[in-house]
Amino acid sequence: MASTPAAPAVAPSLVDTLFQRSLNDLVKSLRADPSAAGEAVAVARALSEIHREIRAPDAATKSVALQKLTYLSSLHFAPVGTHLLAFPAIELLASPHLPHKRLAYLAASLSLHPASLSLLPLATHQLHKDLSPSSAGAAHQQHLSALALQLLASPAAAAAPDLPVHLAHDLVPHLARGSPRAIAAAARVIAASPSAAVPVLFKPLAACLASPDPRASTAAAAAFCDLSAPPADATPFLPLAPDLYNLLTTSRSNWALIKVLKVFARLAPLEPRLAARIVDPVCQLLTRSSAMSLTFECIRTVLTALPAHDAAVRLAIGKAKEFVAADDDPNLRYLGLLALGLLGPAYASTVNDCRDAIVKSLGDADTNIRQEALHLIMGMVNENNIMDIAGMLISHVAKSDPEFANDILGAVLAACGHNVYEMVVDFDWYVSLLADMARTLLCAQGDEIGRQLVDVGLRVRDARPELVRSARTLLIDPALLGNHFLFPVLSAAAWVSGEYVDLTKDPVELVEALLQPRTSLLPISVRAVYIHAVFKVITWCFSVYVGRLGDSGMAVDVMFDRLAADQTVGSESNVALVSGEEQDIGASTVRKDPFSHESILYMINLIQTTVGPLINCNEVEVQERALNLIGFVHLVREIQELNKRNVADGDKPSRLEELVKTMQTVFCQELGPVSVNAQMKVATPDGLILNENLVELAGIVSEDDTTPSTSIFFYPCSRHSADTRDELAVSIDSSSLSEHRKRHGLFYLQTGKTEDEPNDYPQANDSLPSSSNNSVNDDKLKTAELVFAGKKSTATKSRPKVVKLDTEDFLSSMMPSANVPKEDPLSGALRDVLLGSDAKALSSQRASDINLEGMLNKTSSNESSSQQIENLGSHPASRSSSRTSKQQNHDKEKGTNPPESDGKEPRKHRSSGRSGHRQGKHKHREKSSTQPDTIPQAPVIQDFLL
Amino acid sequence: MIQAVMVISTQAKPRLLKFYNFQPPEKHQDLVRSVFQLLSARPDSVSNFVKVDSIFGPGTKLVYKHLATLYFVFVFDSSENELAMLDLIQVFVETLDKCFKNVCELDIVFNFNKLHTILDEMILGGQVIETSSEQIMKSVEEIERLEKQSSTTSFIPKSITERFTR
Repeated sequence: MASTPAAPAVAPSLVDTLFQRSLNDLVKSLRADPSAAGEAVAVARALSEIHREIRAPDAATKSVALQKLTYLSSLHFAPVGTHLLAFPAIELLASPHLPHKRLAYLAASLSLHPASLSLLPLATHQLHKDLSPSSAGAAHQQHLSALALQLLASPAAAAAPDLPVHLAHDLVPHLARGSPRAIAAAARVIAASPSAAVPVLFKPLAACLASPDPRASTAAAAAFCDLSAPPADATPFLPLAPDLYNLLTTSRSNWALIKVLKVFARLAPLEPRLAARIVDPVCQLLTRSSAMSLTFECIRTVLTALPAHDAAVRLAIGKAKEFVAADDDPNLRYLGLLALGLLGPAYASTVNDCRDAIVKSLGDADTNIRQEALHLIMGMVNENNIMDIAGMLISHVAKSDPEFANDILGAVLAACGHNVYEMVVDFDWYVSLLADMARTLLCAQGDEIGRQLVDVGLRVRDARPELVRSARTLLIDPALLGNHFLFPVLSAAAWVSGEYVDLTKDPVELVEALLQPRTSLLPISVRAVYIHAVFKVITWCFSVYVGRLGDSGMAVDVMFDRLAADQTVGSESNVALVSGEEQDIGASTVRKDPFSHESILYMINLIQTTVGPLINCNEVEVQERALNLIGFVHLVREIQELNKRNVADGDKPSRLEELVKTMQTVFCQELGPVSVNAQMKVATPDGLILNENLVELAGIVSEDDTTPSTSIFFYPCSRHSADTRDELAVSIDSSSLSEHRKRHGLFYLQTGKTEDEPNDYPQANDSLPSSSNNSVNDDKLKTAELVFAGKKSTATKSRPKVVKLDTEDFLSSMMPSANVPKEDPLSGALRDVLLGSDAKALSSQRASDINLEGMLNKTSSNESSSQQIENLGSHPASRSSSRTSKQQNHDKEKGTNPPESDGKEPRKHRSSGRSGHRQGKHKHREKSSTQPDTIPQAPVIQDFLL
Repeated sequence: MIQAVMVISTQAKPRLLKFYNFQPPEKHQDLVRSVFQLLSARPDSVSNFVKVDSIFGPGTKLVYKHLATLYFVFVFDSSENELAMLDLIQVFVETLDKCFKNVCELDIVFNFNKLHTILDEMILGGQVIETSSEQIMKSVEEIERLEKQSSTTSFIPKSITERFTR
């Protein structure tokens, strides 16, 4: 036996070295102690054994060791050094002894991985040998090539690009024989390295499709089905349509038919004439076939690819409904629901017919079926039935398990919130639905509910009264404060009731709710919102109170005396205590009139007792807001004291009024939704280079910027060298902000309205605090206008206006186009082969074409990048416009002979597809170049098809 | 294509693993664990398909069969038909049954190589190449015959093997 450098701690006994344990012995020893620790010990022992054995010069010992190692790494996840396994495996590939060879192939195909790929080329020669005919018997040879194909199709080989390149030619004779194994392997090889393998393998593979041997044609159909799978572009497979069609009409094999149908489902959207051709055979299969798998595939093909053929769709729906009705087979029921889910909104009414069955499926024991039923029901939703459906679903929530309950809630939230509440007509209903959802027992969707509550408040003015009512019911319920899923909802409710406090019926109750003892259970961030909401409420109450005093001419003194009296009590013990009588007064009188003297007093006292202690809170957010609030309350009282000593009586109300008005100003600015792309609208000013290195400014910053400021504006030194110092740190306080705005309006959002935006709504960050007094009245006027100007009128109620920013449209329209299939190397390579005849003729020209193409790319990519910068500000130009400009550029380039450029264009794009990997930079442009490609292809298909 | 074939015992032990897409070996254990968790949570007599986008990537599904103490799991993508995959599991199990005469978990535990041989006769590189269990049986027996032949012939020239390994 070999010497053992990596020997185990205990020297191997004689028995160990003489008698090697077989895989069966190993399995037995592993099973002897089924505990995790016992297994780990056994694996470790076996590994150390294998380390020794695998270096043995004897092939038999080595192969058994390799087998054990493969077993351990595959099923016991033993960490195996890559080379430890790869070297012996590749070495034994060459063994003339078949069992050894088989073990080596198994080990290689199971356990090789990219880290050991550097070794795989060592196997290339052996694979080549095993694939080519030899003197050995036919059966033996076939078996050897089967092994080699196995390795070639394994994931390890797919990651080694050299292997397919060298071995592609060896596959061709096997493909010619129509061996399903070779066909499957060829598909893997093509998928792994299209550029090298397609020119060699594609045509033989396509020939298999027409093979008289059903096994070959089935395998070929499967191979093309795999190659045209979604991430890849199916367009290059269009020329195969005639062969596939032939298979569709003649094949008896369900496997082949399923694969052919799958390929057609991908091709039909690309070639309009195809759908009309295949619809009859597919319908025949659908009616005749007894195999459920084939029936299901037909249904799926019709529903996804032939939506325009009404009779076929109805037939498919009928079959799908049979599936749904199959009570004894959950698989069929699931697939039936899945199929119905493929239907577009056009057939929503047809699905509606079996709504009962679908609703019943919501309560199925099978999660799959429940999920699909939910998906189907959400697909049926439109603005007429959304109230019914949402109500029905919410009633289902209570009956479901937690996970599905939240799926339902999530689905309802997503459907209603889709495209800025497109489907919601009655927002009062929706707001109360949101509150109901939050109150369902298992709700874990607090984040989304909270977000939507605030969002509806910002966008839908008419929904605010109901919103405030719903927020109240959420806030006054002490039970909700214990559920941590609901914190975001409560936070939103608190914000809403603070922000729209003028719609509150009973501010005193609100303040009580916001300050109830159990709020201590809330997390810091939510508590801060609560305190801030109290601040808003009390400010508003004061303003109403003061306003009334002015109206009625009532004596203000009374109130101030009371305040002062209370102040003296309060100042004794830092924190004001509410005396027993006062609380009584509060309880009895505040209910009658929330703006009476007593209720204001009651609220102030309540605030001082509950918020007072929080000024010592160690969380800054809470502490700061508590200090603000307490500070305000103190301010109110101090005015009174000041007045008493120095100022004439007549000034008191005015001082108070002034204070209250100032505070009101702070909160008067209405908040609106902010566009996601707001920042993109800011044009880059001339002379500002965004990528400029600012390192040289670091010195100045550290010198001058002693106070930590969050907003530092840098300007190019060249222009503002003189006043850089002044401008470096601009702290944002209200006065300097407006000044700054005046000077650098450029950097602020433009206040000019865009077309799509409703122009009666305040801009998000419009800073016009001075005009606050009028704005309240203005708002009322506008609300009135809005009610009358309701756009859509339904039977019951006109839909209120929902503020929607143009960019949101823009974003949603961008989403699908972002999924435009990329020009993948496979389709590029395939296109070359399929259009081979003229491509070959052109091969001599190609080199020069590529050069020219590269040049063109360079010039126009410069152009397009400059375009992109321009587009940042405005709406990005549509692709077509950028294409036309490119076209113009082409024309400019070869201005001498424009007619010739037309003829050459498609060829050039084809070659650009080939050179795709090298010019990765220009991917974007190539995407658009796939478009013109289909035009020259069309006649090619026509020949085959008709 | 078929992305993976797994046989997992109800004790969460993998009995056969074969991935047709590259999965890093260190991830195998996690994959087995998450698949097992998924399956063990499902009650009997529910549908056999599960979406596994979170485990094997977008668009993937698995179909499984729970037989005695084993879960037979095939993971596949949009290029395969769900019911056809279910049939394929049936073919696989039938073939095992024929090869081992009433297959049980122990047969599968102790026949690592043979199991792979059977599977490789059925699926290559994620593509189905044979769906008849008789045909698969025949091929497997043929391979065994070839192996025996090879072992009897190759014992003679021992000097050659020695030279080869040096």
